[in-house]
Amino acid sequence: MTMSSGEAGLLSEPPLLEVDGLFVEFRTRDGVARVLNGVSYTVDAGETLAVLGESGSGKSVTAQAIMGILDVPPAVVTGGEIRYRGENLLAASEERRTEVRAQGIAMIFQDALSALNPVFTVGFQIEEQLRVRLGMTRKEARARAVELLDLVRIPHATRRVRQYPHEFSGGMRQRAMIAMSLALDPDVLIADEPTTALDVTVQAQIMDLLAEIQAERRMGLILITHDLGVVAEVADRISVMYAGRIVEHADAPSLYRRPGHPYTAALMDSLPRLDLKGAELNTIKGLPPSLLNIPPGCPFHPRCLMAQDLCRTDVPTGHRLGLGRTSACHFAEELVRSV
Amino acid sequence: MSRYVLRRLLQLVPVFIGTTFLIYLLVWSIPGNPFAGMCGERPCPDSFIAMMTDKYNLDDSIFVQYFKYMGNLLTGDFGETFSGLDVGELISLRYPVSVRLALVAVAIEAVIGLVAGIVTGLRGRGFLDNLVLVSTLFLIALPTFVTGFVIQILLGFQWEIMTPTVSSEATWSELIIPGFVLGSLSMAYVSRLTRTSIAENKRSDFIRTARAKGLPPSRITWVHLLRNSLIPVITFLGTDIGTLMGGAIVTEGIFGINGIGRLVYDGILSKEGVVVTGVVVLLVLVFLVVNLIIDLLYAVLDPRIRYD
Amino acid sequence: MTDPTTAAAGTTATQDSQSYVVVPEHIEDAVKTGRPRSLASDAWRDLRRRPLFIIAGVVILLLVVVAVFPGWFTSADPNLKDLAHTREPPSADAWFGYDLQGRDVYARVIYGTRWSLLVGVGAAVLTVLLGSVLGILAGFAGGWVDGLLSRVGEIFFGLPFVLGAIVILTLFRNAGVGGAVPIVGVVVLSLAVLSWPVAMRIMRSAAIAAKQQDYVKAARALGARPARIVFRHLLPNCLAPVLVYATIALGAFIGAEATLSFLGIGLRDPAVSWGVMIADSRNFVRVAPHMLLFPAGFLTVTVLAFVMLGDAVREALDPKLR
Repeated sequence: MTMSSGEAGLLSEPPLLEVDGLFVEFRTRDGVARVLNGVSYTVDAGETLAVLGESGSGKSVTAQAIMGILDVPPAVVTGGEIRYRGENLLAASEERRTEVRAQGIAMIFQDALSALNPVFTVGFQIEEQLRVRLGMTRKEARARAVELLDLVRIPHATRRVRQYPHEFSGGMRQRAMIAMSLALDPDVLIADEPTTALDVTVQAQIMDLLAEIQAERRMGLILITHDLGVVAEVADRISVMYAGRIVEHADAPSLYRRPGHPYTAALMDSLPRLDLKGAELNTIKGLPPSLLNIPPGCPFHPRCLMAQDLCRTDVPTGHRLGLGRTSACHFAEELVRSV
Repeated sequence: MSRYVLRRLLQLVPVFIGTTFLIYLLVWSIPGNPFAGMCGERPCPDSFIAMMTDKYNLDDSIFVQYFKYMGNLLTGDFGETFSGLDVGELISLRYPVSVRLALVAVAIEAVIGLVAGIVTGLRGRGFLDNLVLVSTLFLIALPTFVTGFVIQILLGFQWEIMTPTVSSEATWSELIIPGFVLGSLSMAYVSRLTRTSIAENKRSDFIRTARAKGLPPSRITWVHLLRNSLIPVITFLGTDIGTLMGGAIVTEGIFGINGIGRLVYDGILSKEGVVVTGVVVLLVLVFLVVNLIIDLLYAVLDPRIRYD
Repeated sequence: MTDPTTAAAGTTATQDSQSYVVVPEHIEDAVKTGRPRSLASDAWRDLRRRPLFIIAGVVILLLVVVAVFPGWFTSADPNLKDLAHTREPPSADAWFGYDLQGRDVYARVIYGTRWSLLVGVGAAVLTVLLGSVLGILAGFAGGWVDGLLSRVGEIFFGLPFVLGAIVILTLFRNAGVGGAVPIVGVVVLSLAVLSWPVAMRIMRSAAIAAKQQDYVKAARALGARPARIVFRHLLPNCLAPVLVYATIALGAFIGAEATLSFLGIGLRDPAVSWGVMIADSRNFVRVAPHMLLFPAGFLTVTVLAFVMLGDAVREALDPKLR
């Protein structure tokens, strides 16, 4: 039932981070919402994986499950594994998971203003990890914090380190959060919509910064976003999510040239294009399904222009479309060939 | 920041003048004979009236009266009661008692309220949570005099755990039960406020970030969560000090405490205008100053608030 | 794409699966009834399901009935003194016993409901009216109007509540106000005079927040006159916090009236008040506890009901708690 994104077996080492067949449910008053239904993807050192999908597709929930910061009631992990350097985190103790957080796998969030604690200085928030988890002295921690702020290109770092989050501009705040996430030298960085709240020009700067840092440190980067434009420049590989499932894995160039899933194709279609100025925008008719009541068969079939009877009854599993490409559509091959 | 303080102080002046003038008006412009009942059954002799009128400037317009009175106040002269007692002395005798009572009340309400609020805020739904919610609801609904009355009767008369009334020295330990009564309403507010604040902040983004940073749960709770959640609670406690010092007339009455509340209550009933206005001016001043201090404290606690 | 037959089949498949293309609740409702859901109807629906609200509502309804038709609940005269029965405990004839002057406690408690509710409702209505008008004015007009009104509010706010009430009520008493209705009026007035700044503050901040909303700016840009903006756009949105305040304040006012009557300066004969009854019982509690218990009980239940109601309303109207 699961789809894997890489070609395992060619390399002797396991991937840096691997999500394997993850199932997560939310127990709510209105019923059980099946938020993740067999999600699998991998990230290796030095590689950028973009996880693409609408709100509610489950991309953030997957990230939070990796970090182990889901609200455990009402969320319940009901199946699958999350392997960091081969070790299944879901089977690990809470101490081990806490150890891995920020030191092995770090995460940054969308809105830096609300993600940072408003009553502590930026310096304090960076330093506390260094002091509490690495045992540094205040002086050492302060010096390192300034270094980190420099690293993310925040000018006047020694002054800034004593300022509060609300005294920073949006872009700088995001940089500060990136600096904070790097404090313990993680191997993997998960960026959950890091640029959604920012201006377009600032977006580009932040994406450049992330790319640079990743290259320098050979980190694995998981970039969660709904923005196809952002992804095009930065991603090596892309996993497209819909209704708690991965519907397509591909390397970036192939995905853009020839989408292998009707949903991906529809997303591409809906992008406004300058050369089609004046024409009506394409949208995908309808709305994503309620996770309390996912349709049988392929979850996308109610909105799919290619849907057939088969789609209503059989859940598509991964169809190999070539090296490192898979698509969860019964008619993936035809789609790829027809474009 | 200092400009803000200056501005607030300047704003304070008209409000202070307004409130004290209002009280002065209410107390001294009573229709009828202000000296009724002071000379026994018979009407007062003219000489007495003349002397009193002169002493209290009753011939002047109310505005002039007020200004003369305030002028005297600012030099420390609170005037005399009709029977010649120095009002300033009376106040200095009684006010410390009320202050002690207010401090005890705030201490009790802070300790109990915070503990109840923190525990229920962290724990969430459950037996304890419902217990606290219901009991605070009761405390909010019961008027202070009912609480005081019932406690006095139960603890003082029925079970005889405490003396029903407080002695004239009004020691700290004697003030514990009255303090509890006085602070009971606020205690309910403090625990609810704390509980809500913690419950809301628990779900906030910055707590999620703290968890993602792999910080130990105890640090997340006691450093990150509490520091944010307690801001509104501490400011509430601060303003409560100001409010409670405004006279706990009912509580002092029930427990026989010789505080400022009783003084002013007796003063009103016996029409000792000087006492009433003197006390009220003092209380209003304290209230305004305490509020200003709390506003400044708020800026210290929450760095997002910076006045310039 | 694919051939037309497949496309046709696709359409059927899609249509059958329409139910899975979820339409959010509120759109569905609007389609059914033709009216969009509003905060008020949402809140009402929420309230109906809360046990706290139902209990409080029933109690209050009952109290209102008692207040309006005391005769249904007792045939005794609350003011009839019969010293032969002084301080008698509850019995079959007098369910709550008799007070010091031989009056039927049950009857007095029943009749006391009317006065207490009158004061509570009157004070709440007056406070909210006064505070709302001034608050909206201050919030909407801004500038010097706001400055002036806020200062005036602060002046009244600085008066310690009980102190101020005593002063005002003594003033009226010395001026010779008597008779049941005037006394009630005076108490209501003094409560409102001391409490309006709080209502004004609430309304003012709601008005300021609403004023900055885009829909108000849009209305202004379209040339709507200030009155229209205030009534159509500001008022509905400022209502919620004031409503919550009013409900809880109602309970507080009833308690305040009892406190003032207890101190001897609130309601008095012929207006029966629970506060007076509690004060009267003071010296006799050990021998005649029923004199305290029943009025205190009614008072507590009444205030509790209003506070619970206010709590429930607040939770229902808070969009964050959805």
